[in-house]
Amino acid sequence: MKRYLFLIAYEPGGWDQASVEEQQVFVDQHQAFSDYLAQHGREISAAALAGADTATTVRHESGELAVSDGPFAETVEMIGGYYDAELPDLDHATAAAALLPVCYSVEIRPTVAIGQ
Amino acid sequence: MTADRRADEHAVLDRTVREQWGRLMSLLLAQFRRLDLAEEALADAVEAAARHWPSRGVPDNPAAWLLTAARRRVLDHIRAEATARRRAPLLVSDAEQREQSTRVMADPGGVIEDDLLRLVMMCAHPSLSPESASALALRLVVGVSTHDIARLFLVPEATMAARLTRAKKKIVTAGIPFSVPASVDVAQRLDIVAQTAYLAFTAGYAPGSGPDLLRAELAGSAISLTRVALSLRPDEPVLVALLALMLFQHSRRDARVGADNDLVLLAEQDRALWHRDEIEEARALLTRPALRRPLTPVAASYVLQARIAAEHALSPSPADTDWARIVTTYDQLLALQPSPATHLARAVAVAESESPVAGLAALEGIDQSAMRSAGAHRLASVQAELLVRTGDVDAACAAYDEAIALCRNDTERAHLARRRAEVSGQDRSSPG
Repeated sequence: MKRYLFLIAYEPGGWDQASVEEQQVFVDQHQAFSDYLAQHGREISAAALAGADTATTVRHESGELAVSDGPFAETVEMIGGYYDAELPDLDHATAAAALLPVCYSVEIRPTVAIGQ
Repeated sequence: MTADRRADEHAVLDRTVREQWGRLMSLLLAQFRRLDLAEEALADAVEAAARHWPSRGVPDNPAAWLLTAARRRVLDHIRAEATARRRAPLLVSDAEQREQSTRVMADPGGVIEDDLLRLVMMCAHPSLSPESASALALRLVVGVSTHDIARLFLVPEATMAARLTRAKKKIVTAGIPFSVPASVDVAQRLDIVAQTAYLAFTAGYAPGSGPDLLRAELAGSAISLTRVALSLRPDEPVLVALLALMLFQHSRRDARVGADNDLVLLAEQDRALWHRDEIEEARALLTRPALRRPLTPVAASYVLQARIAAEHALSPSPADTDWARIVTTYDQLLALQPSPATHLARAVAVAESESPVAGLAALEGIDQSAMRSAGAHRLASVQAELLVRTGDVDAACAAYDEAIALCRNDTERAHLARRRAEVSGQDRSSPG
């Protein structure tokens, strides 16, 4: 089993503008994704994120701690949520990501075990 | 030990490597799942064979000898790693147990074909860039050296080594499986294999830049890759069509370069230098029933390109070429897959079939910016050639200048400069 982080990117506003029926389709698709994970591997955690306009970025700039408003990278799409899961390989991860709503771009990142 | 014997031993080793590399790689991967160790161990085994065979004689089964030697090396590595981790007993016995259970697979056979297909599928995984997939398949499936792959794609060897290392790291880290995907995906993956092979072939066959001629020979390794894939899926239309297309083009390799390294155009080539056996094989491939099934767009485009190549290859002389049929086939190709390069080739066929003026008119539809931004000099060079035929020498020279400025291949640029000199010379010798 490998551990993958699924980073979900989409254009902001989609959920709020969707009708109740459309929102139900989203929910069903997330359920299908979770079912797939349960069948082939394990879901470790997941969360939807508040909008990128609520983000705070912390970094060190020439030795000073700099805390600034906004996300690290400004893009049209933003990271709106994530799944952290274990699956056998990238093909299973891809098959799972394909079940999520079609308006998403899903970045699949393998995690690295530190200090083993 | 005579020199002849030694030459024989090297020939056997070369042939074994050429024909069995992918099978041996896939067996090692199936057994150990260690991409890093498998490739290094196999290369070491080939080196050991080059040292030992001349003094000890060629073994009865050269491929099995290489496999055994490579397996020992992988086990040595795993043992060393295990010792370093102080968990030696467990890991070594595990690896040795697996070796026992798979020793029966030493002879090439059906089981191994599945492993080889797994290897091909892994190299053509859609999560790898086409350039990486192409290089990786040449390395792992056909055993082309990093040095030669770098030469084929015209990048420094260190760059190619880094690209291959990155691709292998992605396979391991991202968890690209060593497996045959679900049947629906196999066709898509074979399209990628084909595109990957064709990418390598064109890198060698149609020199984009540089003075290299050996790359035509290296293009042959792309044909080997296609043959391996076709041996695994003999009725796959995309592979049948691609092999036909590449064989038609490759059959002309000796005629395409003149004595002074000049590029020889199709019409001036000595057709006696064309490899007739390859043309015949390509022609037979085009009649395969597999191509009468519904085709993917990629496969259909290879069929059409192969048919055009066949018109040239099978026509006894340039004058006998059926240019009208070639134009029709280009029309079908454009309908399927419009591209400036296809448009350009069609305009050349129109010029031959009708007149240079008609050809120039056909050039007008081409998206010049798309063509030029790609650094392509061919639009200007075709324009120049057709303008010469209409007698407009000034315009032709201007077009040659543009083509020469855009051209990055030394051989082709020399050819263009020579043509420009000829044309402007004609102009001076007959003023008015």
